[in-house]
Amino acid sequence: MTQYDITIDGQKVSFTEGQTIMDAALAAGIYIPHLCHHPEFAPHGSCRVCTVTVNGRNTTACNTRAMPDQVVLNNTKELEATRRAIVQMLFVEGNHLCPGCEKTGNCQLQAIGYYVGMLTPHYTHFYPIRAVDASHPDVAIDFNRCILCELCVRASRDADHKNVFALSGRGLKTHLIVNSPTGKLADTNFAVTDKAAQVCPVGAILHKRQAFVIPIGERLYDRQPINLVGDLAQSNPQGATTHG
Amino acid sequence: MSSIDLTTVRPAVQAIVHAYHGKSTHLLQMLWRVQEKYSYIPELAIDSLAGELNLPRAQIAGVAGFYSFFHQQPRGQYDILFSDNIIEQMQGKVELMAYMLKKLGVQCGQPRPDGRVTVDNTSCIGMSDQGPAILINGHTIARLTKSRIDTIVDLINYQVTLAEWPKEFFEVHSNIQRKHILLGGYFEAGSALQVMLKKGADLSLAELGHSGLRGCGGAGFKTESKWLICRNTPADEHIVICNADEGEPGTFKDRILMQRYADLMFEGMTLCGYIINAKKGFLYLRGEYRFLLESLEAVLDRRRKDGLLGDNILDTPGFSFDIEIHLGAGGYICGAEIALIESIEGNRGIPRRRPPPFPVTQGYLGKPTVVNNVETFALATKVMVDGAERFNTLGTAQSKGTKLISISGDCDRPGIYEFPFGITVREVLEACGAQEVQAVQNSGAAGYCISPEEFDRRLCFEDLNTTGSFMIFNRTRDLMDLVRNFANFFVHESCGFCTPCRVGTSLLQQYIEKFVSGNGNAYDLQEMATLSHLIKTTSHCGLGMTAANYVQDTMKKFPQLYQKRFKSGSSLSPSFDLDAALNEARKLTKRTDASAHL
Repeated sequence: MTQYDITIDGQKVSFTEGQTIMDAALAAGIYIPHLCHHPEFAPHGSCRVCTVTVNGRNTTACNTRAMPDQVVLNNTKELEATRRAIVQMLFVEGNHLCPGCEKTGNCQLQAIGYYVGMLTPHYTHFYPIRAVDASHPDVAIDFNRCILCELCVRASRDADHKNVFALSGRGLKTHLIVNSPTGKLADTNFAVTDKAAQVCPVGAILHKRQAFVIPIGERLYDRQPINLVGDLAQSNPQGATTHG
Repeated sequence: MSSIDLTTVRPAVQAIVHAYHGKSTHLLQMLWRVQEKYSYIPELAIDSLAGELNLPRAQIAGVAGFYSFFHQQPRGQYDILFSDNIIEQMQGKVELMAYMLKKLGVQCGQPRPDGRVTVDNTSCIGMSDQGPAILINGHTIARLTKSRIDTIVDLINYQVTLAEWPKEFFEVHSNIQRKHILLGGYFEAGSALQVMLKKGADLSLAELGHSGLRGCGGAGFKTESKWLICRNTPADEHIVICNADEGEPGTFKDRILMQRYADLMFEGMTLCGYIINAKKGFLYLRGEYRFLLESLEAVLDRRRKDGLLGDNILDTPGFSFDIEIHLGAGGYICGAEIALIESIEGNRGIPRRRPPPFPVTQGYLGKPTVVNNVETFALATKVMVDGAERFNTLGTAQSKGTKLISISGDCDRPGIYEFPFGITVREVLEACGAQEVQAVQNSGAAGYCISPEEFDRRLCFEDLNTTGSFMIFNRTRDLMDLVRNFANFFVHESCGFCTPCRVGTSLLQQYIEKFVSGNGNAYDLQEMATLSHLIKTTSHCGLGMTAANYVQDTMKKFPQLYQKRFKSGSSLSPSFDLDAALNEARKLTKRTDASAHL
């Protein structure tokens, strides 16, 4: 396959035809922060955290095709501020209370918050009221922390072929729904071993009885920043747990 | 209203699905039929639809939950929606709505306890030249007055069916104020097709190219190029889509074209069908224009009878083309072609895919698709009968021919004006009798706010691009009302797919409310500028990229709008009322003493 080059922050990075900027960066070991992207699924482009500057214009790395001689900026003060603001938006939109969340230290939203230098939520909290679904014997869903990345939607549809999840509503009222007449997870064929149970980048889809198997302080992003260890799903397919 | 249990819902849904040949692409139309029957989309109907269509129920619930005209809860037997555009607010909408709510004894958005009526708001319904206006069970009533509301309230309380309401209530005026090459002259249905068949597809396309026609939806892509690329993309099927989802507040030009010139539009689609070798066309009719559905279907039927649609059109072997109307269900985002195609496919109207590839090579169900605006198709028809010369001798170097402008707001003669491209804002304002103009909002909420210093600018692609909405504000108006109205509009219409638009539009609204209540400051203004820039430069689609234009424009051109609302004596004010936040704690502790207050 013919190799071409782009530059990311001045560094030459090769790619093959059809690859996105994100693909090329991941292959070259360059970290571009992202939440809704997962290399096993088609690019989505909804979180906008992977915003980079290509030939002077902002675009998302995950769904922009690499083209020969593109000049990509990734690690700049401006982009850090942009990404910080987007992460802050995600924080105030939901109810993300890191100290009380069992996913702390294993949460990509939290880890990216640290990575982009987020010290405060900056914007006014929306404090939405969202019910928790603990109906399933092995998995709980805390919708308060859902960032609408649709990774579970995609994984359940494309990998598990179960279509357990979908989005409903519009705008700020967009929300994750479960494919059962009752709307409860227990009334679906969802299983803890499903791919969709392993891909949540935040603390929305939780494996029961695994919350503190790894103590706080010893978790993935407690030990190393996300730019060095990458996504939760890649570094540990069982998510937050060692026993899965 | 029918009773809701599975034994009745299932056969009803089966009949509906059967009527659409079980095609899940017609999900929106099926949901419309369900809602017509029950006034909302019952959960049981979703279950039945899922069973009949073999789709996940959550997918159907997701589609039903996306469009603002589909309801999850029962509505009143009479379901009333007030058009909430800024122009209608200026025409007295707020007072009239309050009057109606009071007379009916009903809360906004809540069905009356007897289930008789609901009253709610909706985005602009394309009637700002004759507002205030409402939709009642999907049908339009314009030119509301107190006395008209008195009659409506009586009709509702006496449960008179809509068919027996005074006919004049449902009259929608055309208000055509100025005609040129498009609106002027007589057009005989089929005459453009005859010219095209005589010329052949290649020469006809060349004629379109020669005319310089560009898409009227806003982007201004050359029509000839679009059709050519589509035609040259190999596929088993090509598709024609006419975008009649004119959702920009203050625009109503496509309504007039469909009311009075539907043949021009349908013939343009048919021309396109022949040229790009498509057999199928869709008209995406916005749900707000539900009242046009029957008359448009009648035009389609007549054209079929006259051999202008169907098989062997005008006795030309192999020339087959037909048009289906897809009724939208409330969603500004669906005016964007990628979201519109999703909607016609039976999905949530979200611009998921990011071009390239563009719809012209990969559109409806992956097939090469031409999507053009109503006006573009109508103009293509006119070019065919009148020739390119008549067209390209008008306008400017880059913008040939004429443009329809929907004018509303503070002027003597609101309505539709057809002007050659290149006309100045000032000339437009003079033509419609606008005086003491403070600002013009061009191209709707996503457009530009124009100040008097810019009134010599020209309407054309080279200078001031316009989608055809022109809302006029005289010096007595407080532009903060416009700002606030647009803030609400984008909160309501953001599709929710990407973070900056979904959350950012609500954050902007918070800042604006702070100014409205007189609590803004210089820091907030700076924050709004940063936020607007962020939304504009990081959003996924055109909606987000333009959703903060109104803030950027008004901040730049009318800074006093914000400055005069600065909270006096303070450079910083918290985003909430500190003392009021203690209310609950005071209540719980039963404290009323001074030290329990700030």
